[in-house]
Amino acid sequence: MLSVENLSMAIHGTPILNGVSFEIGRGEVFGLVGESGSGKSMTALGVMRLEPRGAEVSGRVLLEGKDLMREPESRMNALRGREIGMIFQEPMTALNPVKTIGDQVAETLLVHDAADRASARKVAAERLARVGLDPDKVPLSRYPHELSGGQRQRVCIAMAVALRPKLLIADEPTTALDVTTQAQILKLLKSLVEEDGMSLMLITHDLAVVAGMAHHVAVMRDGGIVEQAPTARLFRERAHPYTAKLFSDSGHVPRREPDTSVKPVLQVLGATRDYPVGSSLFGPRQHFRAVDDVDLTVYEGESVGLVGESGCGKSTLTRAILGLDPLEGGSIELDGTPVIAGQVPHALRRGMQVVFQDPYGSFNPRHRVGRLVAEPFHLDSVPETERDRRVAEALEAVGLTPADRDKYIHEFSGGQRQRIAIARAIVIRPRLLILDEAVSALDVSIRAQILDLLADLQQRFRLSYLFISHDLSVVRAITDRVLVMQAGRIVEEGETGTVLTAPQHPYSRKLIAAVPRIPEAWVA
Amino acid sequence: MLRYLGSRLLSLCLSLAVASLVIFAAIEVVPGDPASFMLGLNAEPDTVAALRQELGLEGGYVERYLAWTGGMLHGDFGTSYTYRVPVSELIIARLWVSLPLTIFALIISTAIAIPAGVWAASRRGRPADILVMGTTQLGMAVPNFWFAMILVLIFAINLGWFAAGGFPGWEAGFFTALKSLVLPALSLALFQASILARVMRSSLLETLDQDYVRTARAKGLSRRLAIRNHAMRNAMIPVMTIVGLQFSNLIAGAIIIENVFFLPGLGRLVFQAITQRDLIVVESVVMILVFAVILVNFLVDLSYAVIDPRLRRRR
Repeated sequence: MLSVENLSMAIHGTPILNGVSFEIGRGEVFGLVGESGSGKSMTALGVMRLEPRGAEVSGRVLLEGKDLMREPESRMNALRGREIGMIFQEPMTALNPVKTIGDQVAETLLVHDAADRASARKVAAERLARVGLDPDKVPLSRYPHELSGGQRQRVCIAMAVALRPKLLIADEPTTALDVTTQAQILKLLKSLVEEDGMSLMLITHDLAVVAGMAHHVAVMRDGGIVEQAPTARLFRERAHPYTAKLFSDSGHVPRREPDTSVKPVLQVLGATRDYPVGSSLFGPRQHFRAVDDVDLTVYEGESVGLVGESGCGKSTLTRAILGLDPLEGGSIELDGTPVIAGQVPHALRRGMQVVFQDPYGSFNPRHRVGRLVAEPFHLDSVPETERDRRVAEALEAVGLTPADRDKYIHEFSGGQRQRIAIARAIVIRPRLLILDEAVSALDVSIRAQILDLLADLQQRFRLSYLFISHDLSVVRAITDRVLVMQAGRIVEEGETGTVLTAPQHPYSRKLIAAVPRIPEAWVA
Repeated sequence: MLRYLGSRLLSLCLSLAVASLVIFAAIEVVPGDPASFMLGLNAEPDTVAALRQELGLEGGYVERYLAWTGGMLHGDFGTSYTYRVPVSELIIARLWVSLPLTIFALIISTAIAIPAGVWAASRRGRPADILVMGTTQLGMAVPNFWFAMILVLIFAINLGWFAAGGFPGWEAGFFTALKSLVLPALSLALFQASILARVMRSSLLETLDQDYVRTARAKGLSRRLAIRNHAMRNAMIPVMTIVGLQFSNLIAGAIIIENVFFLPGLGRLVFQAITQRDLIVVESVVMILVFAVILVNFLVDLSYAVIDPRLRRRR
């Protein structure tokens, strides 16, 4: 039905795609996997003829024999939304914040003159019901900000399939969503293919997602397809070395020799944190309990994982542990010293450092790396010469060279920046390192390297880690113990292997069941 | 929405109260006697005493503050010392010139700036964009009095289409009066339109990069339709902010243009009152201006809520 032949693209002379070719049959799910920058999204935009400004495109894109490359823009406008629908990664920003969801779904029908105003709203309600948004519960008059991420992605899907297009392109449709929501959205996409006879082009970086969805998979790298085959065969054979590497990296478990002492580094007892909500001018204040009576201990040299869906209170707890937010109840101690928000002495602050998901925002782009890494020294009275030596040592420890200290942060890739963030965190030799989704945004190959690095640093500096993540595979790879958090409470705690293979609490079971998996038989 | 309205109204009232206190303090409480300041160095002591009486400077601060604000609430702003007429009459007479002039100038400036900004943004980097950016650069650089004089030279002296200055009053007929405001409004609009067009352009460029515009294109909207249906409304928020600021700036900030065209506007009233040390007029006009600024900001806040549903819920 769709046949892409030799699709190439260059933006301002820089080649982005070279000779991409693939075919998608009617009612087929085609998976396109690869790391960031491999050209997956550009391929999709090229098929839609929505390539960015300054792009030169060549090749052929045949939709039922019609070459889209030769269609004029006005024909493409008529075709987009009617024959090909598309949904994007970020449901948070993909919807217009100032228009109701009903209007946005109805618009697809209106721009294609498929209905008048009144019947467009009726069809919009039907399509929203089809994607699981019951108009009685989620009325058409809602605005996007009143919906959750999963609900917004459903609206995007309703918008894309309003006219029952022949092909739906889904570009990382679940990457920004929690695992349980991801499972629901994937199920919905599958049913659209099976029941409505749509073809689906599924773009993702997650091998497990395509494993459960696609009939056909292509692996992309550096703007080209390195290998494509029916899913089971591709997963079993991994004929191309890059495919094989992608597999081993995504399941990478760093070598660790856990060496945990009985001495607690971090001890959280009965921590409770409230947020005021809907603060009205008059009347009593309402409170939302974000963290509810949480006990958490991290021992010296130990890695502890904290998992849960967005909004469960993970980040709030992190802020409290770092002494940034006060607690309404309970206590937090680091090495036996209480952490009290607003009055954390430098000596105590030195003991814990944090690494976030996107370190770029936490670096001043005008400072050189040497100065950035030396930042935590204001907590410590270390002589100037000693500082230089320690910065060099930290940079070497994370796999960079001491010469890198004279560069600026924009000169580094995402993985290198994360290394610099880790160097900055370890330079004053903390006792506890909090890793808040620290590897979530990284490509699998980079992620594997960073996990190795973390395992190595733990051994060398006897660090304790608190791993906060929604990504269970990461938690499985690097933690000794795991805590499952739901709605502010810890619902289950235990050894990582035990909890992840035989969860006891219904919520943990649901969470773990929702994680997409590559069938065992294919991996062996 | 009601809560948002309430909170905005409350902030409006609080700002007014604080502003009135500051103005009162600046003029009446700070050291130095307003009466002797108004009369100059060589005044006789009994003239000063008489003026103090007239100004209502006798009595405590609280009493005087309440009398002043209470009077204003009833429309009584006191009597001008130099003109010997109620200040409210003076202000109203001047507002009948300044307000229409401001509105006129803003209508011209938005009518030019918004299409120009949209045009430039939708043709980023192309000749249309370069033309708009160049022209607005020039429009911001040219002093408005100079531009006003050029307008007078061309349209009043050479072509004879408009009068070179003066204001016949609204009694002379709506269009006659309006006609005398055309050149001043144009002179004021040039600078404002240049700024506004640039704000419109950059704001629209930013919204055009948003994901939901891409979503709209994927739904099959043409570029033009995506701008009209999705980008415009979101891009209007910064533009509204600037229009609000321009309104408050123009209402009393048109002194130079009022002088060039010999218009009896609010700006000239303040200027004359300051040079004549007529503190009663200064105090009242400043208060009126503060009120205008706060009121316009309130209206701009309301327009945000109309544009953006997220604000209706917040706070």
